[in-house]
Amino acid sequence: MRAAIITFPGSNREVDLARALEAATGHRPLSVWHKESELPDLDLIALPGGFSYGDYLRCGAVAARSPIMTEIARQAGRGVAVIGICNGFQILTEAGLLPGVLMRNKGLAFLCKPVTLEVATRQSVFTSGYEAGQEVVFPVAHHDGNYTIDAEGQKRLEDEDRVAFRYKGELNGSVGRIAGILSTGRNVLGLMPHPEDATEPLQGSIDGKPLFASLAAALG
Amino acid sequence: MRVKVAIGLRPGVLDPEAVAIERSLKGLGFPDVANVKRQKIIELDVGAPDREAALTAARAMCEKLLANPVIESYTIDIA
Repeated sequence: MRAAIITFPGSNREVDLARALEAATGHRPLSVWHKESELPDLDLIALPGGFSYGDYLRCGAVAARSPIMTEIARQAGRGVAVIGICNGFQILTEAGLLPGVLMRNKGLAFLCKPVTLEVATRQSVFTSGYEAGQEVVFPVAHHDGNYTIDAEGQKRLEDEDRVAFRYKGELNGSVGRIAGILSTGRNVLGLMPHPEDATEPLQGSIDGKPLFASLAAALG
Repeated sequence: MRVKVAIGLRPGVLDPEAVAIERSLKGLGFPDVANVKRQKIIELDVGAPDREAALTAARAMCEKLLANPVIESYTIDIA
């Protein structure tokens, strides 16, 4: 698999993500700085977590206007798989590659803990290695994970089976307890929890491994 | 020209921070406080020759970056 991890000023989970991808695929992902405007032919583009531009203005807003995002939108349009985790998810919504927006957590607290999720669909290159309805534990570490979308948009996500992960219990105020969603083409995934930090026993959970294994199986 | 952009949440979008402010004010002895809303004010020089050009520039800035139309609306004030 040819994968690239995009880093922005303030990204901080790119090393964990690279490690998880390399462990699953045997290939070290390319590291790409956000100022680049072109990408080689790729199978996967990954946007890591962190606090790009210090979360100024709105989380992910400034990063979403980086030169590289035009190229990512082009590749996503061609069907290339794109995953955005945590701040990466916020950037994808701000860039319009995924619908909705991540607002301040309902309880206002920064949440940093393992949470139980439900795999809501296995119909994607990211989730095919899970059973539908399977419970998994990934850590979260976010202040702005409160997924917000209007009723019509939410209905569309549900009707089209595009909710990928759901919090098992109420966590941050997200509509429908949504933790992760897919694009209309199902090749773009955004999620707030961190599967890359649930790939080794030392991290307390290995439930994230099937996500990377799914990608490796689908994309080589 | 100096432009002042006020960005707020669209009606119907719940603002957890505004809710917390309202609750706190009630706890401080202002029981009648209601409908608390927060706005972001951004002031900037746009370098436009006249009001119309300033307004056009400010609108474009709001559409491209300053506001997220999914949840926010904005008003533009020109000094």
